Amino acid sequence: MAKMTLIQAINDALKVAMRRDPSVLVMGEDVGVNGGVFRATDGIHAEFGEARAIDTPLAESGFVGAATGMAVNGLKPVVEIQFDGFLAPAQEHVVNHIARIRHRSRGRFTCPLVLRIPSWGGIKALEHHSESIENWYVNNPGLKIVVPSNPYDAKGLLLAAIDDPDPVMFFEPKRLYRAFRGEVPEDYYTVPIGKAAIAREGKDMTILTYGVHVHTALEAAEKAAAQYNWQAEVVDLRSLNPLDLDTIIASVKKTGRVVIVTEAPKSGGFHSELVALINDHALEYLEAPVARVTGFDVPMPYLLSEDLYLPDAGRVVEAMQSVKTY
Amino acid sequence: MQTAPNPATETKLDMEQLFEVRRVLNPDGTLVGPEPDLTPEQLKEVYRLMVYLRVFDQRCLNLQRQGRMGTFAPFSGQEACQVGSAYLLQKGKDWIFPTYRDHGAMHTLGVPSVNTLRYYMGDEMGSRAPEGVNAFPISIPIATQLVHAVGAAWAAKIKGEDTVTVGYVGDGGTSPGDFHEAMNFAAVYNTATILFVQNNKYAISTPNAKQFKTKTLAQRALAYDIPGVRVDGQDIFAVLTVFKEAIDRARAGGGPTLIEALTFRYGPHTTSDDPKRYRTQEEVEAWQAKDPIERMRKYLVTKGLWTDTDDESLWNWAKDQVNAAVTEAESIGKPSVDELFDYLYAEPTPELLRQKEYLKKYLSKQG
Repeated sequence: MAKMTLIQAINDALKVAMRRDPSVLVMGEDVGVNGGVFRATDGIHAEFGEARAIDTPLAESGFVGAATGMAVNGLKPVVEIQFDGFLAPAQEHVVNHIARIRHRSRGRFTCPLVLRIPSWGGIKALEHHSESIENWYVNNPGLKIVVPSNPYDAKGLLLAAIDDPDPVMFFEPKRLYRAFRGEVPEDYYTVPIGKAAIAREGKDMTILTYGVHVHTALEAAEKAAAQYNWQAEVVDLRSLNPLDLDTIIASVKKTGRVVIVTEAPKSGGFHSELVALINDHALEYLEAPVARVTGFDVPMPYLLSEDLYLPDAGRVVEAMQSVKTY
Repeated sequence: MQTAPNPATETKLDMEQLFEVRRVLNPDGTLVGPEPDLTPEQLKEVYRLMVYLRVFDQRCLNLQRQGRMGTFAPFSGQEACQVGSAYLLQKGKDWIFPTYRDHGAMHTLGVPSVNTLRYYMGDEMGSRAPEGVNAFPISIPIATQLVHAVGAAWAAKIKGEDTVTVGYVGDGGTSPGDFHEAMNFAAVYNTATILFVQNNKYAISTPNAKQFKTKTLAQRALAYDIPGVRVDGQDIFAVLTVFKEAIDRARAGGGPTLIEALTFRYGPHTTSDDPKRYRTQEEVEAWQAKDPIERMRKYLVTKGLWTDTDDESLWNWAKDQVNAAVTEAESIGKPSVDELFDYLYAEPTPELLRQKEYLKKYLSKQG
């Protein structure tokens, strides 16, 4: 086992996949010689050549659309969207074509590509570089939505995404790219898409979250344990679609109290869908209304106000108090 | 004060001359250029396809008016473009990425009429092309399919295959960014893609003059450094000829071609539209006088390959074939509840299975 950062694990997954399967390629802006702006594709151009490490013209609709045609004709493109906010021009291909091809051709054509999307804030980036756009896609049938929170899952989920027969949107928490190292097997392995993980076991309340806020939740859980002796269970969803409802509901039934943490704007988000699902499947087990810790209904703020927007452990602890003392 | 030069006016480049309209067959059936290299049997097959498609298209309009089909985009008048763009492709190897007005090209490549009928009756199963026929489902979003065509050809190139792809678009479809992105990507990566513009003069009601300023659409190829061609879209021989050149070039590694066909739809944009609001009867009649089917009939008769009796039998045969397809399409029932859910992913998600179960339970309670 090697100790890798999350970005190294992604880089390793891409290389492992490309060595295993000649139909896998990476494409996007600056992913070739430069290795991508975050270096996710570092060394791939050198090892696999320019036909499989493709620097595309600077046009998201063009290269996501071209990747669609490639996937339909037998290749497995792993497309890097340079930053979350830049996916918007390719929206037509994602929602009108990629998500629907298998369905509308009744299985005659499929589109097994992966869109890698460095997402969310916390790195003090420019405007349009720190967006929470996963909610655009959880409301759009036909896509799989995957979010890793650590290096091991990043490699295993990305390899699973590349193997998947359907299109996968792979949201990468860019704030975690170099935040810490974790044990990562050097060879091929997969983490199944659609299975949540229990990041911390506990009996007093359930925190549902994904991506970078698994760590916010863990920090809050440790604070609450130290301060109040409350043991929170942190569920890392890992996949928003398919969703591991069984794991969520089992935890909710066990604890009876729920806090949901995401960075997306508060209204109309996937966190609200989670509340509705708990309502459908475990209402009678609840001891308190489900609490949400989210961003606000404003555009993602620029450098100086970023901290006001992002959920932090303090806000999570306050939400834990609200569900515990209801 | 010096102003920036405008090469288009200052060099007196005449785009209409530079992109001269290619023609082989005059409206009266006489030749003005070399015929395409086809056997008499192939010539008759091309003619048979055009006649069949005219009959099919007119029947679809009637079915829609009778309430037996949903909204339909007719292509009558564009048969030479439809057949000529797909006839020389290699079935099972080459791909087409059509619009909603390209069912004629899809049929030419091998999509059965029952598929098209079922599709417009509201059954997505109609978009499932038979195995071995690489006809992508129609794209209703405009111009997106052009970048798909580029990607499919790009994939073939990476795999070492000499596949050719054709992306279809109309004159209105040359305005969105994807038209330009497709040309740029195809040019930069030299993909075996033919971008085929059927310029039928109106995007629903918007005329060419309000869609683009250039004298031709083919000249846009100049900006991307790829070959551009203008062709008489009512001349089946000319369409076949320019496609032969573009297909051969693409298959040999010579990259993409932009083809602009000057054509006309006799009917409405779709069955929901009344073209009398934006174009005159005189204009329609002027185009009908250049009809692609009549033009080829005159040629075949002059060549001694065709008689009036042959023609009568062909139109009757086409009507019978279309009737049989309609009967078959109408005999297929409503799609099942399973079909609604089971094709979205290779394996349905747990949530989809729950929703399917709910709907089935609800329907069974209704009886």
